[in-house]
Amino acid sequence: MEFFRQHILSITAYTPLVGAFLLMFFNKESKNAIRWVANIFGFLGLIVSLPLWFWYDRADGGFQFIERHEWIRAIGASYIFGADGISVLLILLTTVLGAIAILSSWTAIQNRVKEYYIFLLLLQVGMLGVFCSLDFFLFYVFWEVMLVPMYFLIGVWGSDRRLYSAIKFFLYTLVGSVVMLLGILVLYFHMPEGQRSFDYVQMMTYLHSTPLAGGVARFVWLAFFLGFAIKVPMFPFHTWLPDAHTDAPTAGSVILAGVLLKMGTYGFIRFSLPLLPNESQYFRTMIVVLAIIGIIYGALVAMMQKDWKRLVAYSSVSHLGFVMLGMFCFNPNGLNGSVLQMINHGISTGGLFLIVGLVYERRHTRQISEYSGLSHVMPVYATYFMIIMLSSLGLPLLNGFIGEFTILQGAFQASHVWAAFAVIGIILGAAYLLWLYQRTMFGEVTNEKNKNLKDLNFREVATLFPLVVLAVWIGVYPRPFFRILEKPVNRIVATVQPDKFQLDAMGNLVTPQNKTVTPTAPVASDPAITPSPTASSATRPEKK
Amino acid sequence: MFNQFFQPSDIIAIYPQLLLALFGLGVLIVDLFLDREWKVLNAFTALVGIGYAAYALFRIRNFNVTAYNGAIVNDSFSVFFQFVFLIATALVIFISARYLTIEGEHRGDYYALILFSLIGMDFMVMGMDLITLYIALELMAVSEYILVGYLRSNRQSNEAAMKFFLLGAFSSGILLYGISLLYGLCGSTDLRVIGQRLAERPVHDPLAMIALITLAAGLLFKVAGVPFHQWLPDAYEGAPSSITTFISVAPKFASFALILRILFVALRPLQIEWTPLLIVVCVLTMTLGNITAISQSNIKRLLAYSSIAHAGYLMLGIIAANEYGITGIAIYFLVYTFMNIGAWTVVVAMRRKDMIGDQISEMSGMIHKNPAAATLMLIFMLSLAGIPPTAGFIGKYYLFAAVIQSQHYLLAVIAVLNAAISLYYYMRVVVVMFMNEKTDEEKMTLSPGVVTVLAVTCVFTLLIGVYPQPFIHFAQSSLALFQ
Repeated sequence: MEFFRQHILSITAYTPLVGAFLLMFFNKESKNAIRWVANIFGFLGLIVSLPLWFWYDRADGGFQFIERHEWIRAIGASYIFGADGISVLLILLTTVLGAIAILSSWTAIQNRVKEYYIFLLLLQVGMLGVFCSLDFFLFYVFWEVMLVPMYFLIGVWGSDRRLYSAIKFFLYTLVGSVVMLLGILVLYFHMPEGQRSFDYVQMMTYLHSTPLAGGVARFVWLAFFLGFAIKVPMFPFHTWLPDAHTDAPTAGSVILAGVLLKMGTYGFIRFSLPLLPNESQYFRTMIVVLAIIGIIYGALVAMMQKDWKRLVAYSSVSHLGFVMLGMFCFNPNGLNGSVLQMINHGISTGGLFLIVGLVYERRHTRQISEYSGLSHVMPVYATYFMIIMLSSLGLPLLNGFIGEFTILQGAFQASHVWAAFAVIGIILGAAYLLWLYQRTMFGEVTNEKNKNLKDLNFREVATLFPLVVLAVWIGVYPRPFFRILEKPVNRIVATVQPDKFQLDAMGNLVTPQNKTVTPTAPVASDPAITPSPTASSATRPEKK
Repeated sequence: MFNQFFQPSDIIAIYPQLLLALFGLGVLIVDLFLDREWKVLNAFTALVGIGYAAYALFRIRNFNVTAYNGAIVNDSFSVFFQFVFLIATALVIFISARYLTIEGEHRGDYYALILFSLIGMDFMVMGMDLITLYIALELMAVSEYILVGYLRSNRQSNEAAMKFFLLGAFSSGILLYGISLLYGLCGSTDLRVIGQRLAERPVHDPLAMIALITLAAGLLFKVAGVPFHQWLPDAYEGAPSSITTFISVAPKFASFALILRILFVALRPLQIEWTPLLIVVCVLTMTLGNITAISQSNIKRLLAYSSIAHAGYLMLGIIAANEYGITGIAIYFLVYTFMNIGAWTVVVAMRRKDMIGDQISEMSGMIHKNPAAATLMLIFMLSLAGIPPTAGFIGKYYLFAAVIQSQHYLLAVIAVLNAAISLYYYMRVVVVMFMNEKTDEEKMTLSPGVVTVLAVTCVFTLLIGVYPQPFIHFAQSSLALFQ
């Protein structure tokens, strides 16, 4: 048990890898056995990750479950895993959606089943690794590793223009990430020789004590921006997203929308903001403008789509705009809402893609005009669709409302204008989702082929039910989620806005009495994993 | 017996090469007594020779001998490269036997020529004297010309050899002209003396510039830097695939090592002159190699243009001219040996009875016919593209890091964008293998030698990617260049 507790992150991250490895030894014809093994490992991955929720010490709020091993001594890269509240939530989101995605593929995938599950499990490893890594080099490795399985999932099991979409996804993301690598390297060489390391905490401590020169720092920030913004994706880097989402198989779309996009926003919140707070301030307006354009543009384009899946894909652009807007409010409400909205988007949009996938599996078309009056033939389906659709558009008592409301609160505190623009996005969001629901579910069944559609079976309900439970939980009682986010978010806010917020000894935010604060921001460093614990206490401002 | 021209240590310094020469000649003699079915014994003879040479090299690795009045230096830089050459040559010999049998040209002189060219390469990394270096270069190059044209009845092979030879001879002439100019300027052919004399000359000396440019042109031809690259795709396509595997790895490294030695020992004082020159060549080489590779339909030509692009990446390390850069070049050689030989071995295995197997379309549906080979090819392609956790990423990481450290930010951006472009054509191969249906039923020629090489290269491609520490440590021995 002690071993498990100390290595929980590694165990969580590599459980799918074990599954993928085992699958290699299966005969590719014994499809059911392969499906069982994949599902067992998907579920197992979820089970082993659950203790994170209970074991994470919310009062401390730093990085926990640290694992540290020497890896490449010559360049100062180590194997460091660790998680704070933000990562814990994202890890749990990944394991939940991963298990659901695997379960949802049971009948949808009929050819090359073995390879399919191997790639799906490998993808899971890459994504979990990204959220667990506290070493920049390791982070980058996982960040890129996950591209390959995703490429295959779209390219082999996708629909229509799958090859085009797959390579577009791969190239777009790769361009962003290699430029990001250059940014990482500039930070690395900024450290003095002999102390160079990719250790996140060490790097942050050093950067706060000796910031980069302005021009270079902006280059680094923009390099990070390119890597993360393409992933998010922010307008105008979003063009890969509708193609990849539309052509990916259902499980691929769920993972892509639910988890992969969060890697971009996670990158901003974990690296851009705390490492380069001044530059984040400098580019704040640019990000906010792009985010607002994304919110409104995504919603408008979604409204005009004839393809059901493409509509959901564009809605992601809009929702991720909210996440970015909340993040760059630089106040506790905005950031809390932003992280919570990441989770919400994973639940709602993941659910919406499942919904599309279920009907696509039956009819093999995604044209909205092909469907009408489905609520008469598939009542259970229509019910689940309604709950998830309402959660996505932000109805009170469901998760989307909490996230969007908190973000708007944060935006309002930062600037009334931003909030006003963002509200337009919410209205448009309600419009395209309700219109979609009306066109597909209500009315008469006009298409002959739709008359005999089967309603959901037990397995299909099992993929949707957990999402609905989570949506209601967050919508009705979000406190546990805010509680786990509170301290980590406070640290980031205090790092980025040191003149407005500072940390007290308990990790709570206080408004500084003394307006002339030192330029060195309080450091979210954890003595447990910082080799030089003096750094954190030295740079932390006096509490009042 | 010993006098001022000849010391006992001289023999020790070149002991591995003596062994190689002995075995090379031995292959030629043994070959006379072998029947057609037993030609594979030639390969064994050559491998034994390489084994002995490796052992001898292992014994003298720390001696740091200077021999023949300083014309030859066996420092850790050259020892590192000799090990890489031995590994590459051994791997190539493993894949040759079955391939040559299918081509119907299995003779002993093939192995002898490979060993002779190996000796040439060894002296290229050990030499400290321009004349020694030039002779070594020619020994390597002449062996290569013959090997490229080894398929006597194949017109393409002959044409490739002819082009390669004519252009090669031309570039050697230019190189010699540069050498003579340097000799005229400095009065010595010893690299170290040249370095000292050049440092005493005024900066921006036009004569030194001419010497530099002619030398650079001759050397860049050997590594196929743009605009001296035209010979490479034709030679690679026409040559027997096993020989292409060879010349895409070892001789290229030898030429790079030669460039490193000349630039960092003799022409160090001219660094401000050659850095901008190399930046231009480097950008052109990477970009042209990658962009031209996109439109290739022949796998050999695709890999040929990719190897041009990789030469461009390697120049990043020279431009950076710091420890990261030199270590990066060394680690890249190690990595490139495994991943490139691996990829070429798959191409070699594509040569089946009555099938040339060099069109990308002929790889269709390889995953259904030979799933293991297709998966390995995927790993090699990802490694060539520099995607972690393969070895290629570690190599690229070092080179990109080097240019960032020397603050050539724009160059670094161009380089990484090139890496992204390259992914596109490597993935084209993967698409054909994994996503197209198979067009024929003919299985690949997986002889024991090919399987061995695939296994070895794949293991190292992944191992260096996942745990590079010991390999980096090994590569750092090449830093002796700076001392």
